Amino acid sequence: MERLTLSPAKGMAAEAWHTGRPASPGLVAGPLFIARPMIHRESVAGSPAEEAAKLRSAITTSIAAIEALQAKASDDAAEILEFQIAMLGDEALAEGAFAAILDGVAADAAWTTALDVQIAEYAVAEDEYFRARASDLSDIRDRVLENLLGGGGALPPAGAIYLGEDMQPSRFLACDWSAGGGIALTGGSPSSHVAMLARARGVPMVVGLKLDLAAVKSADAALLDGEGGRINVAPSAEATEAFHSDVAKASNDAARWEKYLLQPGKTADGERVLTQINVAAPEELDSLDPAICDGIGLVRTEFLFHDQPRLPDEASQYAVYHRIITWAAGRPVTIRTLDAGGDKPIAGLSMEAESNPFLGLRGIRLSLAYPEIFRVQLRALARAAAAGPLKIMLPMVTVPDEITATATLLDDEFAKLQAAGVPCRRPDLGIMVEVPATALAIEHYPAAFFSIGSNDLTQYVTASARDIAAVAGLNDTANPAVLRLIGEVAGYGRKAGIDVSLCGDAGGDPRLLPLLLSAGMRNVSMAPKMLARAKSVIAEWRAS
Amino acid sequence: MSETAIKAAIEITNPTGLHARPAVKMTKLAKSFAAKVQLAFDAGGPWIDAKSVVKVMALKAPKGAVLHFTANGADAEGAVAALVDLVKRDFDENHEDGAADAVAGQGHGG
Repeated sequence: MERLTLSPAKGMAAEAWHTGRPASPGLVAGPLFIARPMIHRESVAGSPAEEAAKLRSAITTSIAAIEALQAKASDDAAEILEFQIAMLGDEALAEGAFAAILDGVAADAAWTTALDVQIAEYAVAEDEYFRARASDLSDIRDRVLENLLGGGGALPPAGAIYLGEDMQPSRFLACDWSAGGGIALTGGSPSSHVAMLARARGVPMVVGLKLDLAAVKSADAALLDGEGGRINVAPSAEATEAFHSDVAKASNDAARWEKYLLQPGKTADGERVLTQINVAAPEELDSLDPAICDGIGLVRTEFLFHDQPRLPDEASQYAVYHRIITWAAGRPVTIRTLDAGGDKPIAGLSMEAESNPFLGLRGIRLSLAYPEIFRVQLRALARAAAAGPLKIMLPMVTVPDEITATATLLDDEFAKLQAAGVPCRRPDLGIMVEVPATALAIEHYPAAFFSIGSNDLTQYVTASARDIAAVAGLNDTANPAVLRLIGEVAGYGRKAGIDVSLCGDAGGDPRLLPLLLSAGMRNVSMAPKMLARAKSVIAEWRAS
Repeated sequence: MSETAIKAAIEITNPTGLHARPAVKMTKLAKSFAAKVQLAFDAGGPWIDAKSVVKVMALKAPKGAVLHFTANGADAEGAVAALVDLVKRDFDENHEDGAADAVAGQGHGG
């Protein structure tokens, strides 16, 4: 997406803007809601009886809040919340805190210390599963602390900009984003679950801000520039004025693009271009009308595996796939098998620490290394395929054998399901084209369809990573070598009668889209938010 | 332990060990008995309260660990029998795919 440049206002103090990394585009002006770092304040302790009562009431309030969340949560989330409720309801959790309160320590400090001791014990556990429980305890600690310090108002008011260290997905889902608002974090990551949710909901978000939270005063209106990755917490009148004019321009543009949203993608000379969407979390679909797209070009399934206490079983995978295919209402849905690697370990899958995880055991390589786990996913997919046109896509394919090995597993699971009388269908098996070896010798790969993963293809062809700022400039899909490979794969697909799509970020990028169309791409998949603008770009492009 | 203590031991077969969901189940079950129920890794202790999910989780019991139960009180016998049975039933975890769980367990161990 093109950068919305903000006109620098005259006399604007340079330090008023704080820079981080963009996580979700958009401009928003709104009151700040500051989630203070969870370090205890130098609060004056009341009598031990008063402090103990405060803590007890904060714990009770927290349990009630989690119970309310649990009522709305999916089964998996509900179980995690049930664990938190059980922990909070156990006297032993706060034993140390109540003892310290008797010694004259304030409730917030006593609670923080008591929980930090327990968090530290989990953090050094030998077993990865138990290590990961440290985050559950941190969540519990922070929730009670907010109730102690913030008088219970833990959620930002509608339209506010949430400013804090990090944000829990549960918290994002509990917020009311209908009136706007944004997220600014000093920690966090653009690939976090919250960032994906924010992009899907169109909530502007910036992460990794270099900003001292303790020094920020509540401003009436802060300015958040999701695309530029920056925030102004004490804007001058000029900065505010310039920002509002940029917001107005952006909303004019958005209104102009919006007209294209429900129309099919078509070039200026009338050629049809399929425009599909990428989905990283099924919750994203709740607010979307399937009529805006020609299908789902990419469902990432990592969300089923990451940050989970254990591997997802067949039933829970099937439920999610079925939900997605039902949403699509007859449109094709391409589901990518687990695309994980050593850079983000999964509970229940042992992965060696690798010096370069992007050249290691990841994607289809990892799945084939654990065939029994892979079979569970293939079986759930074959069952969900009975409900609609579901296709299976393999990530990181490097040699044709990886496709045939997967086909053997898939056929075997399909046969077993059929024999057991379980409703199922054998889905088409296609591949991501993202390893240069595959793009260069595409005619050797026996796949039902190809989908160009432009992010990884660009990274591997240019030998540069997007998230390393010093080389990010080299990581450009417009590099002629990358475009030539894309053009060759598209050309081969046309000749051989095999569908070729593209599902990287380039597919929704207004700068790159015309280059992809020139290279012969006629099927692109992108984040839902990019769809309207991308269709407007396609409408202005002509082949001749 | 008083001389009337009821004791039993059982191995954890769950691939993830005594993790959150089983720990919640176990403590809920223990709480349904009046008896004082305790749990340890070793027949000689140290013993922890089997009704406290905080303490049960803090054990960080992996797959293959042997849990020792001891209970005192009127319904001690029933309590120990019920808890042993729960561990034996693998906490009623719904392992749709036994093979995948076996691999998961293996992966976990190294």
